[in-house]
Amino acid sequence: MNSTSASNNTPVTGLELRRVSIRLNGRVLVDIDTIITPGEIVTLMGPSGSGKSSLLAYICGTLPVGGTAGFEVSGQVVLNGRRLDGLAPQDRHVGILFQDDLLFPHLSVGGNLAFALPSSVRGRLERRTRVNEALESAGLGGFTDRDPATLSGGQRARVALMRVLLSEPGALLLDEPFSKLDTQLRDQIRTFVFEQARLRGLPTLMVTHDPDDGAAASGRIVNPV
Amino acid sequence: MLRLFPAFTLILMIGPVCAGLIGTILPAFGYLPALGGDVISIDPWRDLINQPGLGISIRLSLINGLIATLISFLVVILFCAAWQGTRIFGVMQRMLSPILSVPHAAAAFGLAFLIAPTGWIVRAVAPLAGWERPPDIVSLQDPLGIALIAGLVAKEIPFLLLMTLAALPQADADRTRQVALTLGYGRVVGWLKAVLPRVYPQIRLPILAVLAYSTSVVDVAMILGPTTPAPMAVRILGWLSDPDLSRRFLASAGAMLQFVLVMIAMAIWWGGEKLVAWWGCAWAEGGMRGLRDDIVRSFAAGAAVLSAAAVFLGLASLLVWSFAGYWSFPEFLPRSFSLRLWMREYDMLGATLWITLLIAVLSVGVAITLVLGCLENETRRFQKSGQGAILLIYLPLLMPQISFMFGLQVFFTGIGLERTLISVVIVHLIFVLPYIFLSLADPFRALDPRYLQTALCLGASPARVFWLVRLPLLACAVLTAFAVGIAVSVGQYLPTLLIGAGRFATVTTEAVALASGGDRRMIGIYGLLQMILPFAGFALALLIPAVLFRHRRGMGNRNRI
Amino acid sequence: MRDFFAGLSIVTGLAMAMVSMPAKADPAPDIGNWQSVLDQARGQTVYFHAWGGEPRINDYIAWAGAQVQERYGVNVVQVKLSDTADAVAKVLSEKTAGVDDGGAVDMIWLNGENFAAMKRNDLLFGPWAEQTPNFAYVDVEGKPTVINDFTVPTMGLEAPWGMAQVSFYYDTARLDTVPKSAQALLEWLVKHPGRFTYPQPPNYMGSTFLKQILTELVEDPKVLQQPANETDAKKVLAPLWGYLEDLQPLLWRNGQAYPQNGASLRTMMADNQIDIAFSFSSGEVSSAIEAMELPDTVRSYVFDKGTLGNTNFVAIPYNASAKAGAVVLADFLMSPEAQLRKQDPQYWGADTILAMDKLPEDMQKAFADLDLGIASLSPSERGTVLPEPHPSWMELVETEWQKRYGVVQ
Repeated sequence: MNSTSASNNTPVTGLELRRVSIRLNGRVLVDIDTIITPGEIVTLMGPSGSGKSSLLAYICGTLPVGGTAGFEVSGQVVLNGRRLDGLAPQDRHVGILFQDDLLFPHLSVGGNLAFALPSSVRGRLERRTRVNEALESAGLGGFTDRDPATLSGGQRARVALMRVLLSEPGALLLDEPFSKLDTQLRDQIRTFVFEQARLRGLPTLMVTHDPDDGAAASGRIVNPV
Repeated sequence: MLRLFPAFTLILMIGPVCAGLIGTILPAFGYLPALGGDVISIDPWRDLINQPGLGISIRLSLINGLIATLISFLVVILFCAAWQGTRIFGVMQRMLSPILSVPHAAAAFGLAFLIAPTGWIVRAVAPLAGWERPPDIVSLQDPLGIALIAGLVAKEIPFLLLMTLAALPQADADRTRQVALTLGYGRVVGWLKAVLPRVYPQIRLPILAVLAYSTSVVDVAMILGPTTPAPMAVRILGWLSDPDLSRRFLASAGAMLQFVLVMIAMAIWWGGEKLVAWWGCAWAEGGMRGLRDDIVRSFAAGAAVLSAAAVFLGLASLLVWSFAGYWSFPEFLPRSFSLRLWMREYDMLGATLWITLLIAVLSVGVAITLVLGCLENETRRFQKSGQGAILLIYLPLLMPQISFMFGLQVFFTGIGLERTLISVVIVHLIFVLPYIFLSLADPFRALDPRYLQTALCLGASPARVFWLVRLPLLACAVLTAFAVGIAVSVGQYLPTLLIGAGRFATVTTEAVALASGGDRRMIGIYGLLQMILPFAGFALALLIPAVLFRHRRGMGNRNRI
Repeated sequence: MRDFFAGLSIVTGLAMAMVSMPAKADPAPDIGNWQSVLDQARGQTVYFHAWGGEPRINDYIAWAGAQVQERYGVNVVQVKLSDTADAVAKVLSEKTAGVDDGGAVDMIWLNGENFAAMKRNDLLFGPWAEQTPNFAYVDVEGKPTVINDFTVPTMGLEAPWGMAQVSFYYDTARLDTVPKSAQALLEWLVKHPGRFTYPQPPNYMGSTFLKQILTELVEDPKVLQQPANETDAKKVLAPLWGYLEDLQPLLWRNGQAYPQNGASLRTMMADNQIDIAFSFSSGEVSSAIEAMELPDTVRSYVFDKGTLGNTNFVAIPYNASAKAGAVVLADFLMSPEAQLRKQDPQYWGADTILAMDKLPEDMQKAFADLDLGIASLSPSERGTVLPEPHPSWMELVETEWQKRYGVVQ
């Protein structure tokens, strides 16, 4: 509808947050204006409970706006020149990872990945091959038919990442993704995630309260307000 | 399409429910033209107040309902607190869940035969005590209604336990409990202080349903309750079935009083809840660890085992009766056994079972579809459906069913649907839907929203998310709701008989008609036959997920019965 | 909430549209022209609403249905009720909804208060019963209750189906002598406290016991045939309450609790909780022995001055869908053949409404040859049949009983 402002500016690649402001009961939770370029990892640092996650939910399109939930939002989200606000979450091509891996317990590892694979990839064989390749690349070859509940924490985290990546997102959102992993594993997974994000040129926004995460990302660090 | 579900649900519910209400309210104020009542008056109320022993009936309904609910609640909560996460807990939940499929009346008959002065317990003792004749003791239909409370408790414990079990995973009970333990709390106290406050809001609705049921129960009260005078609901039934048709005015006023009683019982419960919550916070903060809770733990297990044993022994007595030849007091077992009555029923059974199943599956299927549609609509639109509308859905649980029936009959006759399968299914739906709603709503709302968020962000459409993620994750809850619904539907007597105008002979319409003959053999046979379908339902609710997710450990403790 | 009101208006509109829909009408059969009744009945389905608590009775109805199907092409479906009042309520709800044709209930098994209530509220079709062919065999002279249902003239609105008479029963293995009057019963109970009780009024059997006592104790039994409000009811009932003052404390559980119906009385007898019980048919006791509910040492007897007797009937609601079919079924139920089977305790064991001297000889013989069962009373053993009081007495007694003894706490 209101795409004039977007088309007036030179199209920008990457994830653009234009004066995004989120308020709850009049309190400003987030007020941000930035552009995240492809492959860049921006860290949004702040104490827990400060409403950082609601920014990610807003970008995804899953934030309950108005009504009883009561979030008031202004500003625009633009991904590779395309306005996201108003689009349904599934049409935004924004991937998100939470601190829990949230693998679907009723599907096998392969099933979880296939769930994410776009339907444009046709044919059982082709789909299965893509899933297997993804698992190989995460060092999890042969795990296709495993029950996610039998995997270790690190393996699950990697499956969760591969699942997001298979859905071919245009941007990646990380919601305290490493906070539940133990220290040793955390470095390993963190490196893996950041590598993958850069490799694929995904503009990445990470929300965390852990300064180590910010340091490891070695990118810009911004405050919510 | 989806946004039409709440409206559609209301359309199906509102006509019958309003008709049922109007059919109760108008006669309560003297208006029923078919009986010559065409002016509004308060005579029915005057008549009601002048009924001898009205105060006692009110007291029996109110106090017994509250006490039965409180005891069931306490046993379930203490049992969960004391044993959650142990092997005994698993064994007990497997023992208790089949009881859900026992119809209330059958459980009551069984219990009656256990504790009556001529029952099994006395018969077991009789040779030792030298009793030739049954002792003149009041163990059934006692004036205080203790037998009635016992019957209700034995039947409600499994229901509340099932509902609590469904709530535990959402409340993160396992980890919370462990945290309390590591802080040095005893099992029971730790659970009560840390887990209960999170579980309670999720089981409040089922508890209120139990309270409403216990306050207005008819069949169990007729078998186990006092009669001089009887609790309110039983007296209303008496007035409604009085050959003197003018007593319907009195009965309608009584039904409204009954509704008020249920409301008062709920208000008292709500008040008690607030008091306990206020006191409980202080208690929780007081730091008392309650380490020596062995007695409480044994007591909780004992109470749960006792209630299950009572129902199972009662069922065993039904089984023995159904094969019994002549069986006199004080013989512990019948002199002879006979297959005669089973054989005779066997021939008729097929058709009635199929009709029962057809009505049950249709009404429960529609109910689950509607409830899931409403709930899904609610999450997609980020808003709860109108609270007023929800109240309407629960109304049929709050009114005495028999007083509802008159208005319902007029309604279905009026729209020309009486005697049709559609109307029978709709009328079942009215009583099934509230139970489906209260067994599904909380698990549905408590499902981690990030699963769905994740799925959406992976590019799946909301419909795909619903079918491929939400439904499988809720498979246990949905199947449990299905089984509960089947049990409710199979148990419907008056709605099937009256709205179906006798065109649909189900296991239950046959059972109740035959039970009125008083032959304990027939009561035994049909009590057991009535269990078949609900039992199959609960068995499937356990088996299907177990088979479907046999290689998925993560599904194991999700809404498990 | 907007959806809510939209839905409401749709439903209301739908309801309005359908209320005015004409139901299929069944023209009232011309009973005088029997062939036309049979023609009209052919192909109809009669939904016979009858108490279904006794498998043997259900079987009997099924048999009668099969006969009527074979002979007249009338299909019969028994709607098994636990309480006759449900069928009355059904008709009442149809009247309320304005369904004056094509109703769901084609025939009801009833008597007494239910009949009086339906008659009073114009819920019955008729008159028809006395014009049916088989009514000619009915013993109108010898059994006046076949046209006076609890003193209310039936006026052809219901057809007699069976006779019932109160009879007491006891276990000869436990008792040698039995009390055969109200006074004797009281004296017996003084010696055997707690060994007798009666179902709690307003249960039918319980009220019947009270009426039995009342009829025996009242100075002039004729007064009970009038409506209670036309008499000095208080004076008439005084002996009953005086009697109960003495009786109540001697009852089972001191009158603190009561069995709820005649069937539980039977159960209590089987369990040795009481020594004397009563029922509305001695044939029923024989069948209970047959069904192994009672020991085979149980026998029936009646009071010296006689016991109450009445008739039960079948009636057709004013809005029945298959009136002709129902009339044909009712007529068959009155036929000598159906009545003979009904009196046979093998099938049912209920007394016939027919006059033996009106029957053909072979039928008379068949009736005389019936083996009535070990606990059944033959016509000669039954003594005097006392008439039921006017229904208003029953209401009065029930209400007063409830006040005096219905609340013991």
